[in-house]
Amino acid sequence: MTLDMAKRGQKIYIKKINDEKIKVQAIRLGIYEGAKVDCSLKIPFGPVILSNRMQEIAVGRTLAKKIEIDVIKEGA
Amino acid sequence: MDCCSGIKIDIPKGFKKLVLAGNPNVGKSVFFNALTGMYVDVSNFPGTTVDVSHGKFENYVVIDTPGVYGVSSFNDEERVARDVILYGDVILNVVDALHLERDLFLTLQIIDMGKPVIVALNMMDDVERNGIKIDIDKLSELLGVPVIPTVAVKGRGLEEVKNNIKNAKVGNIDNKIKEYLEEYKNKVEHQSEALMLLEDDDAISERLNIKTSGKREEIYRLRRERVDKIVESVIIKEGKGNRLRQKISSMTLNPITGIPILVVVLYLVFKVIGVWVAGDVVGVTEETIMVGYYEPFIRNIILKIFNQNTFMYRLLAGEFGILTLTPTYVIGLLTPLVIAFYFFMSLMEDSGYLPRIAALVDRVLSFFGLNGRAIIPIILGFGCITMATITTRLLGTKREKIIATILLGFTIPCSAQLGVIAGMIAPLGTKYILIYAFTILIVFALTGTILNKTLPGESSELFIDLPPMRLPKISNVLKKTWTKTIMFLKEATPLFALGALIITLLEETKIIYKIQDVFKPITESLLRLPKEAANAFIMGIIRRDFGAAGLTELSLTPEQTVVALVTITLFVPCIASIIVIFKERSKKEAALIWLGSFVLAFLVGGVLAFLIV
Ligand SMILES: Nc1nc2c(ncn2[C@@H]2O[C@H](COP(=O)(O)OP(=O)(O)O)[C@@H](O)[C@H]2O)c(=O)[nH]1
Ligand SMILES: [Mg+2]
Repeated sequence: MTLDMAKRGQKIYIKKINDEKIKVQAIRLGIYEGAKVDCSLKIPFGPVILSNRMQEIAVGRTLAKKIEIDVIKEGA
Repeated sequence: MDCCSGIKIDIPKGFKKLVLAGNPNVGKSVFFNALTGMYVDVSNFPGTTVDVSHGKFENYVVIDTPGVYGVSSFNDEERVARDVILYGDVILNVVDALHLERDLFLTLQIIDMGKPVIVALNMMDDVERNGIKIDIDKLSELLGVPVIPTVAVKGRGLEEVKNNIKNAKVGNIDNKIKEYLEEYKNKVEHQSEALMLLEDDDAISERLNIKTSGKREEIYRLRRERVDKIVESVIIKEGKGNRLRQKISSMTLNPITGIPILVVVLYLVFKVIGVWVAGDVVGVTEETIMVGYYEPFIRNIILKIFNQNTFMYRLLAGEFGILTLTPTYVIGLLTPLVIAFYFFMSLMEDSGYLPRIAALVDRVLSFFGLNGRAIIPIILGFGCITMATITTRLLGTKREKIIATILLGFTIPCSAQLGVIAGMIAPLGTKYILIYAFTILIVFALTGTILNKTLPGESSELFIDLPPMRLPKISNVLKKTWTKTIMFLKEATPLFALGALIITLLEETKIIYKIQDVFKPITESLLRLPKEAANAFIMGIIRRDFGAAGLTELSLTPEQTVVALVTITLFVPCIASIIVIFKERSKKEAALIWLGSFVLAFLVGGVLAFLIV
C-alpha cells in the first residue's frame, strides 16, 4: 500500500520512495527506505503528517501516493 | 578559493571565518547576535531572497548562514549555505537537542568535510521540559568534537561556547567516506569540495570541472545509519513531548479547527495592517512627513538648479519625479506596510505556525499547480506585489514561479490599492462587497486552474518539516523584519525610480494620453463607465492606489463602482512590479503576463458590467 492510505495513529514501515529527488532530501529528515515512523495526523484530502520522535514532517498527498509502506502497528 | 559564491565578505588579515551552521530555527541567529553584538552587515545573495549576516568576534569574521538540513543544492538557501560552509575555517554547528536525529545529519556531513567543528547543543530547556536525558559526553566522544549544552535565549552556555571556539576539532569522519574521499584528495584544494563531488553536487562539479561520483544515495544512507546509531546511544531517557504544544499543533493542522484559527489570525493581521498601519501610520509617514515636509524641501533645492519649466525639473521633482514621487511612495507608503507584513510573517515563522498554514492550505493550492509553500508570496501580495513577486523565488519549480507570479499580478490587490478600494466599496454595503470579492476569487481560482491544466511540466510537492510550536522571541522577530525590509528596499527602490522615469517619459512624449484615448471607447462601451475612468486605469500603471484614487473623483453608480474596482484590481500591477516580473521571468513571459492582464481586466470587467450594470 502507499502512504496516502495510512491511517492516523498507525506505525508504518517505509518500503520504497518512488521519487528520486525527494528520496535524497527525505533521508536527511529521517524518512528513508527502511525507516519506521508514525502517521500522526492526516489532513482530509491534504498532506499526511509523519512523526519520528519529536520530528514532524508534512508530506503532500500526491507525493504520499509515491511512497510505499507497510503498517506495523495499528493506531490506538 | 572562495570565488563564485556571489557574495563578497572582506576577511581582514589575520582573521578566520567562523561559520554558523545549523538546521532552520535552531537558534543560530541568537548565537550570531551574542557573538557579534551590534555591528553587523547583511548581504543578500544575488537572485535569491536569502541573506547572510556577518560580523566580528575576537579575530573571527562570524558568518550566519540560512538554516539547512544538509549541505547540497536543492534550493536557494542550500546553495548559499553551501558556499559559505564549504570555505569556512571553523564551524559552529548549532544543534536543536530536541531533534537530534534530524540535526546530526548536517553535523556529520560537516564533520566529513574535515572542518574543525564545535557543536552547541541548543534548546536544552525544551529537552529538560520534555523529560529527555542526553548523554552529552558520549555525544562529544562519538562525534569527536566539543559539544556544549546551551539555552541560547536565556544566555545559558553562551560564554562556554565563546571560550571553546578555539577548541573546535576535526571530528570522527566515517571510515567508508574517508576511503572514498581518498580518490579526490589530489584533485581538489579542500576536503569539503571533495565531499561535495562525492555527493553528486552538480554546481561544485561544474565549478571545479571534475566529475561527480554517483554515490550520493549511498553516502546519505551511511550517514543516516550513523546518525540513528548515535541518537540511540546518547538518549538516556526518552520523553513524552509537550502535550499542550502537540495539542496546539494538531489544532492548527486539523481543518475543523485550523481553518477558523487561520481566518481569525489573518483577520487580526489585516485589521492591524489595514486599519492602523495603512491608515494612521501611513497618514503620518506619507502625508505629513513626505508630502508635507520632504517634497517641498526637495522641490526648493531642485528649483535652485533647474527652472520649473524644464524637463529636468519635471523628471526630478515633478508629479512623478524620481526625487519626489519615488521616495514618497517607497518611504512614506511602502516601508511601513512592508515592515508590518514582514513582522507578521516573521512572527508566524518563528512560532512554527507558518509551515502549518502551508500544510493546511496545500490541498487547495494544489488545484492551482502550487503547493502549500506558495501561501507565503500570496499573503505578502496583499502587502506589496513587488515584494511578493521577489519572494516567488522560494518556490520549487519554474512552473510554480510562473503561476504564482501571474496570480499575484492579476488578482491580488496590494495594500496600497486595497485601502482605496475598501474606502470606496464599504459605503455600498455587503452585497457589493460580496460581488467584488467573489468576482476576484473566481478569477483567481479559474486563472490558477487553467494555468495548472495548460502549463507543461510538473509542480513540486509539499515535503516540509514542521518545527515545534513555540513562543517567538520578539527581538529575533524584529531583527528578521528589519533585515528583510532593508533587503526589499535595496532591491526595489531602484525599480520604483526606474518606473517613475518611464512614466515621466511617457508623459513628456504625450504617449500616456494616447494610451488613455485608446482605452476610452472600450471603457465606455464595454465597461459602461464614464470615459474618464480610462485615465484612472492608466494612472494605476504608476501606482495602483493612484488608479483607484482616480475613480473616487468620478460619479459612479454602485454597480459601476464595483465594475471599475474589479477592473482596476485585475488591471496591470504597478510599474515596479512589472519591472520585477521582467527581471524574474523571461521577456516573453513577462510581456505575455503584462498584456494578459489588460485583456483579463477588460474581459472580466465587461462581463460583470453586462451582468449587473
Ligand atoms: N526554548 C528555546 N528557544 C530558543 C532557544 N534558542 C533559540 N530559541 C528560539 O528559537 C527560534 C529560532 O531562533 P533563531 O535564532 O531565529 O534560529 P535560526 O533560524 O537558526 O537563526 C527563536 O524564536 C528563538 O527565540 C533555546 O535555547 N530554547
Ligand atoms: Mg537565523
